[in-house]
Amino acid sequence: MTDVTIIGAGVTGSAIARELSRYDLEITVLEKESDVCEGTSKANSGIVHSGYDAKPGTLKAKFNVEGNRLIHELSPLLDFPFRENGSLVLALEEEGRVGLEELLERGQKNGVPGLRIIERDELKTLEPNVSDSAVCALFAPTGGIVCPFNMNIAFAENAADNGVSFSFDTEVISIEKKTDEGGGTYYHLETSKGTEDTRLLINAAGVYADVFHNMVSEKKIHITPRKGQYVLMDKTAGEYVSHTLFQLPTKLGKGILVTPTVHGNLMVGPTAENCEDPEDTSTTADGLETVLSRGAFSVESLPRMIITSFAGLRAHEDGGDFIIGEACDAPGFIDAAGIESPGLTAAPAIGVYVADIVRNILKPEEKKDFIQVRKGIPSMALSSDEEKAALIAEDPSYAHVICRCELVTEGEIRNAITRTLGATTVDGVKRRTRAGMGRCQAGFCLARTIPILAQLLGKSEEEIEKSGSGSYYVRGNIGDDL
Amino acid sequence: METRELTCIRCPIGCHITVELKNGEVKNITGNSCPRGADYAASEVTHPERTVTSLVRIKGGERPVVSVKTEGGVPKEKMMDVVKALKSVELKAPVHIGDIAAADIAGTGVNVVVTSEMAAAKKL
Amino acid sequence: MKRDLVIIGGGPAGLAAAVSARKEGLEDILIIERDIRLGGILNQCIHNGFGLHTFKEELTGPEYADRFIRQVEEAKIPYLLDTMAVDVSYDEKNGEKIITAMNSEDGLFTINARAVILAMGCRERPRGALNIPGYRPAGIYSAGTAQYYVNMEGRMPGKRVVILGSGDIGLIMARRMTCEGAKVLCVAELQPYSGGLKRNIVQCLDDFGIPLLLSHTVVDIKGKRRVEGVTIAEVDENRKPIPGSEVFYECDTLLLSCGLIPENELSKGLGVNINPVTGGALVNESLETSIPGVYACGNVLHVHDLVDYVSGEASDAGRNAARYIAGNASDAEGYVIRIKTENGVRYSVPSVVRTGLMPDTLTVRFRVGNEYRDKNLVVYLDGKQLMKLPKRIMAPGEMEQIILVKSKALEIISASDMADHELVIRVEDK
Repeated sequence: MTDVTIIGAGVTGSAIARELSRYDLEITVLEKESDVCEGTSKANSGIVHSGYDAKPGTLKAKFNVEGNRLIHELSPLLDFPFRENGSLVLALEEEGRVGLEELLERGQKNGVPGLRIIERDELKTLEPNVSDSAVCALFAPTGGIVCPFNMNIAFAENAADNGVSFSFDTEVISIEKKTDEGGGTYYHLETSKGTEDTRLLINAAGVYADVFHNMVSEKKIHITPRKGQYVLMDKTAGEYVSHTLFQLPTKLGKGILVTPTVHGNLMVGPTAENCEDPEDTSTTADGLETVLSRGAFSVESLPRMIITSFAGLRAHEDGGDFIIGEACDAPGFIDAAGIESPGLTAAPAIGVYVADIVRNILKPEEKKDFIQVRKGIPSMALSSDEEKAALIAEDPSYAHVICRCELVTEGEIRNAITRTLGATTVDGVKRRTRAGMGRCQAGFCLARTIPILAQLLGKSEEEIEKSGSGSYYVRGNIGDDL
Repeated sequence: METRELTCIRCPIGCHITVELKNGEVKNITGNSCPRGADYAASEVTHPERTVTSLVRIKGGERPVVSVKTEGGVPKEKMMDVVKALKSVELKAPVHIGDIAAADIAGTGVNVVVTSEMAAAKKL
Repeated sequence: MKRDLVIIGGGPAGLAAAVSARKEGLEDILIIERDIRLGGILNQCIHNGFGLHTFKEELTGPEYADRFIRQVEEAKIPYLLDTMAVDVSYDEKNGEKIITAMNSEDGLFTINARAVILAMGCRERPRGALNIPGYRPAGIYSAGTAQYYVNMEGRMPGKRVVILGSGDIGLIMARRMTCEGAKVLCVAELQPYSGGLKRNIVQCLDDFGIPLLLSHTVVDIKGKRRVEGVTIAEVDENRKPIPGSEVFYECDTLLLSCGLIPENELSKGLGVNINPVTGGALVNESLETSIPGVYACGNVLHVHDLVDYVSGEASDAGRNAARYIAGNASDAEGYVIRIKTENGVRYSVPSVVRTGLMPDTLTVRFRVGNEYRDKNLVVYLDGKQLMKLPKRIMAPGEMEQIILVKSKALEIISASDMADHELVIRVEDK
């Protein structure tokens, strides 16, 4: 019997796993995809919200502010890229001022530090390319940008380093609440890879969290996948703005944000469209047009150096707030459901909170040898010449460039594949190293990354996939079908 | 009288040329704007030829395949036969540009020659 | 390490530049190439049609490259393979260019050079730049990536193929994939004309019965893991899809052949002024960029249609760089002519001519922005008509050129009372 099973290796599940790995517990994470960070966690704004947006008293408010504080703390410890660039909510007409004041008050109630409303002159100084029609803005200095992949990966790797086991390509098919001889509740899971019994079950299944919750609880919840489409621009456009620019929501709907990413690209999005299909991550012509046309309101002249576009799905629960805690009629079944924005920011705080619930139930011992620190993959692109030389001296493959757009070397890719919870797919390498994330979008490095994956995983090149089952690249040799 | 329509490839204009044939013999060419077009059209309708460029497998080379071409044109309708015949050819590294990879390919009387330098793979 | 001339890129441009610099008497040359062999992208262009201008015969890409590689070897010009130049900077005090490069053997190192030739080539426009909606599965490749797989690795990137864009690489790949057993369903082209050579349309598509759909584009990609199909729609005169014209094609592969972009990241880092139209450096008559002693040639300067022209241009750059190092390129007496392109002419290389350093005849290369039939190409210098060339056809896919005769230009300028001299190239009605 496993002590704790977590469904979902997204940022929420991984943050919970990492917090729980402090304790002497047997923990398993089940993930239906072939890697961590494959659902909502991989396709979002990458924003660390300061916390003025959520209504005071909600879980969103509470975990947002606390999560923001924790990310500041964890970024150096777990070595994931984060930058406090500050956020600005723009009022694009004078009537917007009232809305900003409401947000300011809300933020203050939520305990967000440093919030203030700034006028046009200061705004223009802070952000020279901001739209001339911006009247004033709410300035949130603690807002930031993070690499959503590497934060998720860092949590998972650190959890694994501390003994948590991750089981990929493992889809949970059914959950049965059972009672053991001592009268205690446990859960029996049928998965695509066999059965599993667990004392506690944590539901961090993103857009599928309602399915699992409703398998064990009579108090039903309902999640709507809400699609957000984004456009990503070339790094040469990355310095067009330095803060994250939000628009004050208007009658036209929730605004589109324009932000630098922590890696130096410019990103615009998202839309908010309710979907039927929890796997529908397709972009649409209308959606992308909306992103570009509405994003253009925030700045003087929105660059159009698009290198890619993508869509993600947020798990919107009908109640509008996060659902976190033990289900009232299913002891030991703990939800972390409805985790939409500001879920990425909130994740580490949710991790601490859920770990507390587990601690109160199982009363585990704290590990004496808990590994607090995780070291990421060295980045040649971000290294000084001295650091580069040192890396190459240790391993000459750090001088062999595979992805020329992002300057990613063979050494980094080998590291990504061979480390804890190493990459097994092309997308896995990409999220860990940025190989293929650049302006040529893997045109050059794809055919050079696949052989490294094949070699280190002991597979043929035909078996190497983009992101799991069925996403193959090469099929057979030339002339096979003649 | 048979008529054949084709697009001239001698220059970017791409004239639409009509050729009138009788018993396989060119009787009249219209639509071309220069003599080069007439030449092209005449040979294209009577004995169209193509140089075939392809790959053959190679053993012990730096790569698994090496590029080749037919030394001259082969009849257009024989193109796929040539390509298929090349599938059973396997060379051994090293090879040099101009080496004959296959003689009289697919009964065309045309040789296939190597078009890339390929050294033997370095032994580990 | 110190070098007189460093050439970044060992493709057709870099090779021709090196050979020509050596012919001009320059000893100390180094070529830096990121691949494991010289020749650049020509190595994977196994089709023929190269070299008609340069060698008066039809060669395949690897054969064409080999001709230059042999010259480099015979001249014993040193080169570094599998080596990536990661940065170039300029020391204004002593005029030196500092190239930072790395490879597995030498690690990270710098070279101080007196002159640099930028010859990094170009890359393909990715899907994102085209903003095609739909899913993002495996099976979407740029035509060049597919070409690498087929021609270098001998592997099939897919079996049922749709190609978007009728650039030459796309057309060539339609034939290659077909000849290796794949089914190519169609080639869709957004423009009402093809960007590829007529000969490729006939010999790569018509020969195999592959339809070319002009004024069509991909409006949706289906398939969550691997491409399962694409939807193609006709577009109107504003290139907007026409509702109701959508047709679904079941396929496992989408190849993109939608244009090439000069690869100028190093040039930008160096601070070279870039022409927003070409994406390449702004250069003068010597193919010298805004930084003295830094030259550019080949597809990194502007995308060429024929490799023969790349070789010609690169030879000029190599010779000029050698003269610069020998001290024979100081600003001699003369006039400065700015070249302005308008009325259908998109850009020109060079964009400025110093008559003091102009050879007796100077080739000015450019492209037009639309398909023009039966027009005149007219060139004015200081308002005076210098030449008028009747053109049966001009198309965006083909490079155009004019030859400027120095004596004629000087004649007009010396009679002109204008302070700033301007050469205008434009398309005019007959």
